[in-house]
Amino acid sequence: MSEWPLYEVFLRSKRGLNHVHVGSLHAPDDRFALMHARDVYTRRNEGVSIWVVRACEITASSPDEKDPMFAPSGDKVYRHPTFYDIPEHVPHM
Amino acid sequence: MTVTETELAGHFEATVARGDRVEPRDWMPEAYRKTLIRQIAQHAHSEIIGMQPEGDWISRAPSLRRKAILLAKVQDEAGHGLYLYSACETLGTSRRELTEKLLSGKQKYSSIFNYPTPSYADVGTIGWLVDGAAICNQVPLCRTSFGPYGRAMIRICKEESFHQRQGYELLMTMMRGTDEQRAMVQESVDRFWWPALMMFGPPDDASPNTEQSMAWGIKRNTNDELRQKFVDMTVPQARALGVTLPDPELRWNSERQAHDFGEPDWHEFWAVVKGNGPCNAERLDRRRSAHEDGAWVRDAAVAFAEEGAR
Ligand SMILES: [Fe+2]
Ligand SMILES: [Fe+2]
Repeated sequence: MSEWPLYEVFLRSKRGLNHVHVGSLHAPDDRFALMHARDVYTRRNEGVSIWVVRACEITASSPDEKDPMFAPSGDKVYRHPTFYDIPEHVPHM
Repeated sequence: MTVTETELAGHFEATVARGDRVEPRDWMPEAYRKTLIRQIAQHAHSEIIGMQPEGDWISRAPSLRRKAILLAKVQDEAGHGLYLYSACETLGTSRRELTEKLLSGKQKYSSIFNYPTPSYADVGTIGWLVDGAAICNQVPLCRTSFGPYGRAMIRICKEESFHQRQGYELLMTMMRGTDEQRAMVQESVDRFWWPALMMFGPPDDASPNTEQSMAWGIKRNTNDELRQKFVDMTVPQARALGVTLPDPELRWNSERQAHDFGEPDWHEFWAVVKGNGPCNAERLDRRRSAHEDGAWVRDAAVAFAEEGAR
C-alpha cells in the first residue's frame, strides 16, 4: 500500500489575519486532509479557516544564502522610509 | 571534504553560532541530520506509546468529567506525535520508515511508558510528574536549532500545561478524600518518582552525545541540569499536595541553593531501555496490532480517494 500524500496546513487564527503555515500531515485526499488538519491543528480554537495543499504542489526558492534570488532588494536602501532625512520640525511624516 | 563542503559547513556553523535556526532545505552535516532524526523520532514515538498507560483508564474513569479530560489529554498526545513525525519527515525520512522502526524496535521511546498503571491515581501522577518532567525537558527545546522541531515543541508546550494541571488537580481531589484515597496517591507517587527522574536520561558523565548536541544547539541543557531543575520545582508541589517523595537523601542545600537528592537506579534504567521493563513487550504488541488492525481503514481511504479522483 502506498503512503498517503503529504499536505501542508495553513491556519487563519482569526478574522483579519493571514493564513499562517502551522505544519503538515498525511491524508489520502483533500477532504480528509481538511478533517485531519482540524483534528490535529485546531483542538483549541486555533483557527477559523484552514487551507491544505499538497506539499508536492509547492514551489520553493532555494534556501542557500548565496542564492541570487534576494539580491535585487539587497542594495536598494532607497526603498525604505528611513533613507530620507526630513527636518525635525516637519510634522506627521 | 571538498572546498564547497568546507564552505557549507562554515555557513552551517555560523548559523548555529548566531542562534539562528536551521531549516529543512539548508545544508547540514550528516551527523546533525542523523542525531535529529533519532531524537525527534524517539520523541514522537514516546508521545504515541505514551497514550497507552493512561488510555487504559479512559473506560474506567470515575466520572464523565474525568473521562472527558482524560480523552482530551490522550488525544493531545496523539497530536504531539503527529507534530513531531511531521518535523522529523522534513529531514528526509518518511512516516512509513518511522512507523516501521518503532514497530521493529529499531528506534526507542521514553522508558517511562514501560511502567504499568495499576491504580487510577496513576492518571494523576503521570500528569503531575511525567508531563511535568516532559515540560522541563521540552521548554528549552522550543529554542532548539532545527526550526521545525522548535516550532513543534512550542505547540506541544502550550498543551502540556493542561496535562500537568489536570493531573495535579486530580491528585489534590483524592488527597481531600478518604485515607484509602490518600494512600493510593502516595503509593502511586512512590512508584513513579524514580522513573520520572530517569526521564532526563543518564547522568552527564554517562551521556556521551550531550556535548555534541549542545554544540549544535539541539540540546540547551544537560540531563543533570534538567533533573535538578525538576526536583527543585517538584518539592514544593509535593509539600502542597501532602505527599512524601520516596527519597531519604532529599533535602535542601542552602549552600547550593538547590535540593540534594539520591541517585536513581541506573541498572534499572538500562534494563528498561534494553527492553526488559515491566511493559516493553506489551506496549509494542499493542502498537503493532493497532497498526495492523487499522490497515483496512488506510486502504479503504486510499480506495475512496482514488474513486473520487476518477
Ligand atoms: Fe505530549
Ligand atoms: Fe502530555
